[in-house]
This record gives sequence, C-alpha cells and structure tokens, in this order.
Amino acid sequence: MSKFKKGKQGDLPAISTASLPDIVFMLLFFFMVATVMRDSSLMIENRLPGAEQVEKLQKDRTAFIYAGKPSSQFKQLGTEPVIQFNDKIIKVEEVRASVLAAQQELTEELQPKFVVGFKVDRETHSGLVSDIKQELRQANTLKVMYITGAKGE
Amino acid sequence: MAKRAAPEVNAGSMADIAFLLLIFFLVTTTIEKDKGQLLGLPPIQDQNVEPPIIKQKNLFTVLLNRRNQLLVEDELMEVKDLRQAAIDFIDNGGGTNAEGEECKYCQGKRDPSSSDHPDKAIISYKYDRETSYEKYIEVQDELLAAYAFLRDRAAQKRFNRSFKSMLEEKAKNQFKKDDKLNDQIKEIQQMYPQILSEAEPDKN
Repeated sequence: MSKFKKGKQGDLPAISTASLPDIVFMLLFFFMVATVMRDSSLMIENRLPGAEQVEKLQKDRTAFIYAGKPSSQFKQLGTEPVIQFNDKIIKVEEVRASVLAAQQELTEELQPKFVVGFKVDRETHSGLVSDIKQELRQANTLKVMYITGAKGE
Repeated sequence: MAKRAAPEVNAGSMADIAFLLLIFFLVTTTIEKDKGQLLGLPPIQDQNVEPPIIKQKNLFTVLLNRRNQLLVEDELMEVKDLRQAAIDFIDNGGGTNAEGEECKYCQGKRDPSSSDHPDKAIISYKYDRETSYEKYIEVQDELLAAYAFLRDRAAQKRFNRSFKSMLEEKAKNQFKKDDKLNDQIKEIQQMYPQILSEAEPDKN
C-alpha cells in the first residue's frame, strides 16, 4: 500500500502554456477564413427563393439590390415591401441613379459587364421586382441575376 | 525510493497538431457563394417601331395569376408539368426556320400546329403584380430547366459531354481563352437559343 502513496508525493507540474498561442492563432485563422463580410446591414427580411438552374455570381461586377418587408426592428418603415440599396432604403425612382453610381465605381473593363443582383424576399410581390426592372432598363443596365438559395431550403 | 516529480509534458508537437487542425478546417470550410439565375433584360424599345408579327403557333404563353395559379397555353397546369410542356414546345420542329432549314436535331413530334423551329419558338412569360416572388422564380426556374435539358441533350450527342461541364470548364479557364470550347458552347446555344420573353405585368 505504502508503495503506491509514495509516487504521489511530488507537486503537480505546471501545465505548459507554450501551445496556447498556436491554438489562438488557429482559431483566428479559422474565423478569418470562414466569416463572410457583410458590407451593409439589412433592414428588411431576406429569405431567398429556391431554384435549381443557377450560375455562380461574380462578385467583382455586381451591385446588390435588396427588397422585402421591413424586419421587426424597423417597424417604422411600415409593412409594405421596400427596396434597400447599400445601407439605405430607397424609392423605386432612385434605383436608376443608385445603380448607375455603383456602375461608375467599377474599373473600366468591368463596367460593360456590370450585373445587378436581386436579393428579394420570397414573399414580396412581383410587381415591385417588375418596377425595379423597368428602372434598370431605363438605366441600360440589362444584366440581372435573381439570387436564390438552394431548392427546398 | 527516490522522490521525483512527474516529467513535464513535451509541448513541442502541439504546434504541429494545431497546424493540422488549421489545415483541416481550411480545406473543409466553403465560403458560401451567391448563386442565381442570370438573365438579360430587353433594351428599351423605340415607341415608333412596329413589333414584329409572331405566329400564334410559335408562341408559348405562360401566365401566372395573382393567386399563383399557372395558365399555360390557356390551360390550367401544375408547375411540375411545365418543364415537359416547354421541352415539347421548343423541340417540336414542325416547320422551318428563317433560313428555310428544317430542324434536324429536334426529337419532337413535328406537329405543324406547334412551333416551327427552336430559333422561332418564343416563350412568353407573363405574371401579375400580386404574384409572389417565390412562385415567379419557381416558374422561371422550370422554363430555364427546359432549355438546359435540351442544350444538355444536344451537347451529349454532338460532343459527348454535358453542357454544364463545358460551361464549368470555360469558367475555370477564364484567363486563357479556349476558342474551340467557346465555339462549341456557341454552337449549342445557337441550336437552342434561349428566347424567354417577359411581359410587363398590367398596371392596375
């Protein structure tokens, strides 16, 4: 019996913390890679519809237009679907100017390939989307992408 | 027996383990990328220009009403049947195209009362302002799927590979141009041109 007790008499050795920086760095890298930066905070609900026939979006040449009902924190905007571009809510008539300004910000070779991405909530009525499209035709930015989620999501 | 402290755990390999984990996550995480249906809008038409006259048989009308009901060629239809109906219409090949050529690659019924040629077959898509956006995308998806199916079939037959794989290869080699592949893609696209005309909903 006494044989076993003898071994436990020493103090507990300090756990080495040399690997702690590694773990922290690892986490840092992981989050750096996995997070998607969102450059505008949404003021509207945005549940995208599902589709199968999709292509990849090329982010360098795209401006996003969001549309949907105002989310619960922004009840003062009413309950009707609204359009959001970058950080602010805009009216249908302002779409043309906003889109053209976004196109101007691109580099020269990308400007003819400019695409407008629609991120529209699935419960919006199509009339609003149609209004936006009319504005885009006026602005002569004719490439649009209806951004969707996976089917059955 | 001599009193001895437990030996310190060697932490030298910890960094290796951390890197291993890091690399694992690097490889397995995918950043979510936006995807969507890429379509072109029609340019603004001059009001004075007369629209060309299109024969009724070359027009495939798809109507989506405010109750999200689908009316195809004046008949009520379920969304799941739309794809096949559109394929049958485009691929009919009942007559000749503008150059007077018959559609040699069509496998349709060659019904003279349906579309003449994939060049001429127009799908007209009309919706109501009150139609839900989800339904609108769903129907559009089915119509695009009809074109994708026909193009894929043509590519399988002609080049023995799927049209999707051709497009993917093109996207991968965006910095070095592959003229042969581009020509092949163009050929398939010309066999089944995507003529999807969207009518403006009525103002009410």
